[in-house]
Amino acid sequence: MNLLGKLDWSAIPLNQPIVMGATAFMVLIVVAILGFITMKGAWLYLWREWLTSVDHKRIGVMYCVLALVMLLRGFSDAIMMRAQQAVAAGGAQGYLPPEHFDQIFSAHGTIMIFFMAMPFVVGVMNFAVPLQLGVRDVAFPTLNSVSFWLTASGALLINVSLAVGEFSKAGWWGYPPLSELQFSPGVGVDYYLWSLQISGLGTLLAGINFVTTILKLRAPGMSYMRMPVFCWTALATNLLIVAAFPVLTAVLAMLLLDRYLGFHFFTNDAGGNQMLYANLFWVWGHPEVYILVLPAFGIFSEVIATFSGKPLFGYRSMVAATMTICILSFLVWLHHFFTMGASANVNGFFGVMSMIIALPTGVKIFNWLFTMYGGRVRFSVPVLWSIGFMVTFVIGGMTGVLQAVPPADFQLHNSVFLIAHFHNVIIGGVVFGLMAGYNYWFPKAFGFALDERWGKAAFWCWFVGFYLAFMPLYLLGLMGMTRRMQHYADLSWQPWLLVAMAGTVIILGGIACQIIQLVVSIRARDKLRVTADPWNGRTLEWATTSPPPAWNFAVQPRVSGRDALWSSKQRALATKEEAPPARVYEPIEMPKNSATGFVTAFFAVVIGFAMIWHIWWMAGLGVFGAFVTLLAFAFRRRSEIEVPAEQIARFDRAHQAGAAA
Amino acid sequence: MNISVAIDAVPQDALPSASEAGPAPKRVVVAYGFWIFLLSDIIMFAALFASYAVLVHSTAGGPTGAQLFNQKTVAIETACLLVSSYACGLMSLAINSRRYLRTYLGALITFALGAAFLTLEIREFANMIAIGATPERSAFLSAFFTLVGCHGLHVTLGLVWLAVMMVQVAVMGFDATVQRRLLCFSLFWHALDIVWVGLFTVVYLMGVSP
Repeated sequence: MNLLGKLDWSAIPLNQPIVMGATAFMVLIVVAILGFITMKGAWLYLWREWLTSVDHKRIGVMYCVLALVMLLRGFSDAIMMRAQQAVAAGGAQGYLPPEHFDQIFSAHGTIMIFFMAMPFVVGVMNFAVPLQLGVRDVAFPTLNSVSFWLTASGALLINVSLAVGEFSKAGWWGYPPLSELQFSPGVGVDYYLWSLQISGLGTLLAGINFVTTILKLRAPGMSYMRMPVFCWTALATNLLIVAAFPVLTAVLAMLLLDRYLGFHFFTNDAGGNQMLYANLFWVWGHPEVYILVLPAFGIFSEVIATFSGKPLFGYRSMVAATMTICILSFLVWLHHFFTMGASANVNGFFGVMSMIIALPTGVKIFNWLFTMYGGRVRFSVPVLWSIGFMVTFVIGGMTGVLQAVPPADFQLHNSVFLIAHFHNVIIGGVVFGLMAGYNYWFPKAFGFALDERWGKAAFWCWFVGFYLAFMPLYLLGLMGMTRRMQHYADLSWQPWLLVAMAGTVIILGGIACQIIQLVVSIRARDKLRVTADPWNGRTLEWATTSPPPAWNFAVQPRVSGRDALWSSKQRALATKEEAPPARVYEPIEMPKNSATGFVTAFFAVVIGFAMIWHIWWMAGLGVFGAFVTLLAFAFRRRSEIEVPAEQIARFDRAHQAGAAA
Repeated sequence: MNISVAIDAVPQDALPSASEAGPAPKRVVVAYGFWIFLLSDIIMFAALFASYAVLVHSTAGGPTGAQLFNQKTVAIETACLLVSSYACGLMSLAINSRRYLRTYLGALITFALGAAFLTLEIREFANMIAIGATPERSAFLSAFFTLVGCHGLHVTLGLVWLAVMMVQVAVMGFDATVQRRLLCFSLFWHALDIVWVGLFTVVYLMGVSP
């Protein structure tokens, strides 16, 4: 019995120069960042103001930072795959051996879905939803911090897998029997399973938190039909999280039991059933697609209405479409495996449902177009992303409807046509939406705007790069190229794959522009300073200062209609009010900072790492530590501090004076 | 429980439209959030139920439910769990009227019956494993142990939670936070009953019927 389980020096792949190079690069960056923080003496500041913060705005920003870092990681996997397929034609084997290539496509999918798109979406919701609802924080602020840190723990484990051991080679869904112990005896699948279980728990808790916040905490007067559309889409997304993520937890737990305790859920022998995994996985997996894209739809709704200077066209139909998608998303999962062998009637039902779900999405597209029609559209960066989305997403949606036809799907299944389709909707929908949101809310979060010129350059690189990178894959799919090929014999594919490679390089240029945009904007922040309401906004987040104080609003806002800020601005213009009545400030109760999230996540990493390497004593210690942390939280004396009315008044008056000057 | 309290806390003039009343009181928010959590937990059980239903006939030549399940033990287990929920209800009443002794007594009975349920379940598992009906034997047994074991794990966590809550009552008294947590506990305990009723029906009753 080894004290360190399966872990020994052979776990570090010293004989693989590419892996070790990437590891060295990652370690260097981490050391550089830690060194920089130490040099600036910022550890205490970081601990007090960020790591233990329970403020939804800070947590939202941390989620987004995590997502952007993981975007770089996931993108480097992407460009490696594209480079491999660009050269590995005919007899050439390229530079990546099969077992490394398999890890890269598995890691790319896992990272992009779970550790880029998810944290980004949850981060934007964290930042914007309580502000739009006109409240001080989410329903459970400490839980919010726990959610974030659990997500970060999962991301950490994935990154550890690069240096210690290996990652899964079974694709991002980890289908059995390939992911069973018999065919994947290494720790790769265990890294996959534990990092998803830990981050999945964090996401579930975030979902519960947001459903409660949106349904129970809104400013007085904000009835459901007065909520901003982004809040509606956030509600739909979080309902989906609450309804879908437990299924993922259950199905991954079953696979864990198969791998650790010799159960037979999905094995080849003793009555196991692999299609049970596929069904349960996609019962989570299809709603997940809408979990990601619905908030993006919400962002476009805010951006288009704001920059067109018009109320959103068809608010009610937008809400209805959102909630329809929310329900329909649970009725289409089987289209991920029409080839399972279900009867024609079953396939027919799911095919029809998959086509029907395109209808509410179409309603949304028309609503955005009619919002812009007759408006004074300002073509700033968020609007560019939104228009780019509308064009791109419609194409992706149509290829989706095409694949919803079962006979067509039998041909296209598992081909790169499918890869092109879902990148078309996820990049064109989710990523474009998040980039629009990032440019839109950045000034609110930090008090200065992002540079427009570099922002536009980034958009055009992403937009052009995307088409070059993925349109060839549609053709290749129709030519018969299957997904996940480490090399191929058919030389007629190579020109198209070279075009795709070029597109990926252009996207890299887009990412570079975004990094430059951030650096340039930070350096020129004094010139780019904004007031509370830089875009002539419509919703409540633009009513408070940029960045907002910890308590969000000095006085509880009251809402009397849709587009709360816009209507009060219009009223003020119409009545030519001289000065608004003097504000009466009241003391505000704020949740106290808490290390609970950080410490819990630390123990979650310990548990995950120990379980991956079969170090049972260490896992026990981790569970004990997490339990003690929970007890310490449960027995703490004071959970809230009171901000005195004078402090709020002083802050508010100073900022009003600043805005007037 | 105290729905009247929740409504009292809302400004009277705002009552016609509850959705415009502004942020709900903390007690409502906490209980509501916990309800959402319970729903998500029940969905997790739904996935386990579905797996059980798919795999129930995949016995791979091993024992079937009809050969393994002992109706009498299961009946006693069910009685223990249902009566413990009744005791939990009595405890909630005692908490509302802030009576320490009755609260402790209710908690004690709840705990004892929960522990009795768990003991019977573990004995049932041990007997099955002793005759070779282990989760490694067949997909049916894997699904059975996972579904029933997951419920058992929830009961175990519930017992730990109840013990911690009694310490909190002793140390912190009936303050608002403790009361909210006890409210959540009782929701949790009753939800486990609901899951057990499903389990009892799907696994044990349907398992022995021809």
